[in-house]
Amino acid sequence: MAKVLMKGNEAVAEAAIRSGCRHYFGYPITPQTEIAEYMAKRMPKVGGLCLQAESEISAINMVMGAASAGVRAMTSSSSPGISLKCEGISYIAGCDLPCLILNVQRGGPGLGGIQPAQSDYWQATKAMGHGDLHLIVLAPSSVQEMASLANKAFDLADKYRMPAMLLADGALGQMMEPVDLDGIKAPEAVCKPWATCGHDGKRKKNITNSLYINPDDLEKTVIERFARYETVKANEIMYEEYLTEDADIVVVAYGITARICRSAVAMARAQGVKVGLFRPITLWPYPYEALGRLADTASRFIVSELNMGQMIDDVKIAINCRRPVDFCGRTGGVLLTPEEILNAILGGKK
Amino acid sequence: MTYNILIAGFGGQGVLFAAKQIASAGMALGKNVTWLPSYGPESRGGTSNCSVVISDEEIGSPLVIKPDCLIVFNLPSFEKFEQSVKPGGVIFSDSSLVDRKSTREDITVHYVPASGAASDNNLTGFANVIMLGKFIKETGLFDSEKFLNHLIDNIPPSRAALIDKNRSAYTIGSGL
Amino acid sequence: MSKVVFDRPHALSDVPLHYCPGCTHGIVHRLVAQTIDELGIEDKTIGIAPVGCSVFAYNYFECDMIQAAHGRAPAVATGVKRSLPDKVVFTYQGDGDLAAIGTAESVHIAARVENITIIFINNAIYGMTGGQMAPTSLLGQVTTTSPYGRDPKIQGNPIRVCEMLATLDGTAYAERVAVDTVQHVNATKKAIKKAFQMQLEGKGFSIVEVISSCPVQWGKTPVEALEWIRTDMIPHYPLGVYKDITANS
Repeated sequence: MAKVLMKGNEAVAEAAIRSGCRHYFGYPITPQTEIAEYMAKRMPKVGGLCLQAESEISAINMVMGAASAGVRAMTSSSSPGISLKCEGISYIAGCDLPCLILNVQRGGPGLGGIQPAQSDYWQATKAMGHGDLHLIVLAPSSVQEMASLANKAFDLADKYRMPAMLLADGALGQMMEPVDLDGIKAPEAVCKPWATCGHDGKRKKNITNSLYINPDDLEKTVIERFARYETVKANEIMYEEYLTEDADIVVVAYGITARICRSAVAMARAQGVKVGLFRPITLWPYPYEALGRLADTASRFIVSELNMGQMIDDVKIAINCRRPVDFCGRTGGVLLTPEEILNAILGGKK
Repeated sequence: MTYNILIAGFGGQGVLFAAKQIASAGMALGKNVTWLPSYGPESRGGTSNCSVVISDEEIGSPLVIKPDCLIVFNLPSFEKFEQSVKPGGVIFSDSSLVDRKSTREDITVHYVPASGAASDNNLTGFANVIMLGKFIKETGLFDSEKFLNHLIDNIPPSRAALIDKNRSAYTIGSGL
Repeated sequence: MSKVVFDRPHALSDVPLHYCPGCTHGIVHRLVAQTIDELGIEDKTIGIAPVGCSVFAYNYFECDMIQAAHGRAPAVATGVKRSLPDKVVFTYQGDGDLAAIGTAESVHIAARVENITIIFINNAIYGMTGGQMAPTSLLGQVTTTSPYGRDPKIQGNPIRVCEMLATLDGTAYAERVAVDTVQHVNATKKAIKKAFQMQLEGKGFSIVEVISSCPVQWGKTPVEALEWIRTDMIPHYPLGVYKDITANS
């Protein structure tokens, strides 16, 4: 099939359907409402369900029910709505359920704004609900990746029995780009013997539960879950490098910002500056080792994000604070320009 | 080569549609393209603008801040974006609605009475397509006939009744 | 020859319940399990446990069980039922869970005409956390968070859930029952069975509100608590069928 011109919000919805998702639960919020609208149109045609819940809270709990029943389920929202979903996400993580959550980020805190931002990095990677838990967090940087990483996220969620999040932003959701959906396919039937779908008289009852009243039991469960997280770290880290081999300066950026940084890096290279781009694709697990290796050769790092510098600490951890880390960001819904990043690369000199 | 286009007007003037036709034609030619609308709280009547980038290289920012080409359908957009056009760039201004001449001498400005031509020819609502005809003619960005055919192909079957009007509007624009 | 005339229902797990002495949760658990047995639906039933005293309900029924976040059982149940429309899905919720933190979920499960059954335990108190005021606590009722008695000017008025949900078009069946006497327990059994039957027939949303006792947090003996149901609870929460779309008009 030829490429089609699609909005990121539409591409991610279509990709979810092609990945075998037949249960979407949502609640309208800008700038991701096209997802619910696309699902409302398409799901009935493929025998699926798009249900508009009474709140984001209810939507995530419907996802929990559907995931418990053993089907591929997803919800989407934007920053304030994701905050409402945190409780449900914590329960889903505590019940070891797979699902996809999409955050098309907008500016915050509070009602914030509706323009593109990356201000939920901390929330997604460190504090997605109460308790010891992680989500797999993938950061697409193109409409094509909105589709391909949605597919990947479903697979990873099923493989590791944990929630996965696509951390996008208003620009990726609203923009159109050519996208090729041919490679987006549903897996062969995924075996889910743990599903609470009725025991049919053939097995003992299953329980979907996150409550362990005995601290020793809870600790054991959490430790086992963290052992699983270690296998995710060992096997699933994704990142992309651009012109880093000989780079003296490394720009670290993800999502929409990474592609803007790429332009800035190309502009700086044209001026003879040895600069490269490191783009984490998995924000959890974070590519600490791969990024850390670059500190052997590079002398300076620049973190670039649409927030106040939420990824700086992860970069410092990755390079063990061996090199200075500068920051170039905008927040509140303002997109960075390549010129602003170029300026940071050139050391603030015009 | 990278070509940055900014199209702006009131909501309902077909800004997003016109922008999509340009992006879609670029895609058909195998170029990298992005289309990014401004989005705000109001659905109707507010100002609306859309960035289109067409490039042989991977596109970085989809947001056009310094356009090579600015197409405007109202005065507020003209006033807001006139100075942002790159030196050597071009403005297409719907002169039926924008009663203002550019003060810049380092750019080319086409004053196109698109809305007037639309109402004169019973094509109200098609000023955007008239403008596309003029835009393609002057910029030579795409082959004019291929662009028109592509535009017609993009009209969904449910809107087939609008094919003739689009064709007429485009042809009128090409002749202005 | 001796004959078994009374036994534990198969759908009720053979484990000790954690409920306090005199608590009526056990009775209602048994009635639900008995219903599941009689209808022969244990193999295709999924139950949703709430947060509150009955949080451990997932250990007490032999069907598949899910433990939901506080108040969210109707949303979780919706996710299950919409994924598995041929299965039987019920939630078991207390008054704090259903009528305070989960009010939106309770209203919208009915509004959406979900073909799901709610067993709603109304004992006018937060038992699990130690006797705080519930949305259904009576005016004047002393609790740890209304130590001078529930004052409508300060703590507002108690919510009548059956009456409220009966106003919604999607509610197929809403009945309030009690478990203070043998006669009432039998009526409760009948109501629970009818609610499940209606789900099996695809009639839509059904809720059975059970006026229950909490002797420990009410500060009464079990017998006094049952008496208080009659003297104080039932006058405010009249028993009866509030909606039944299958009834002859």
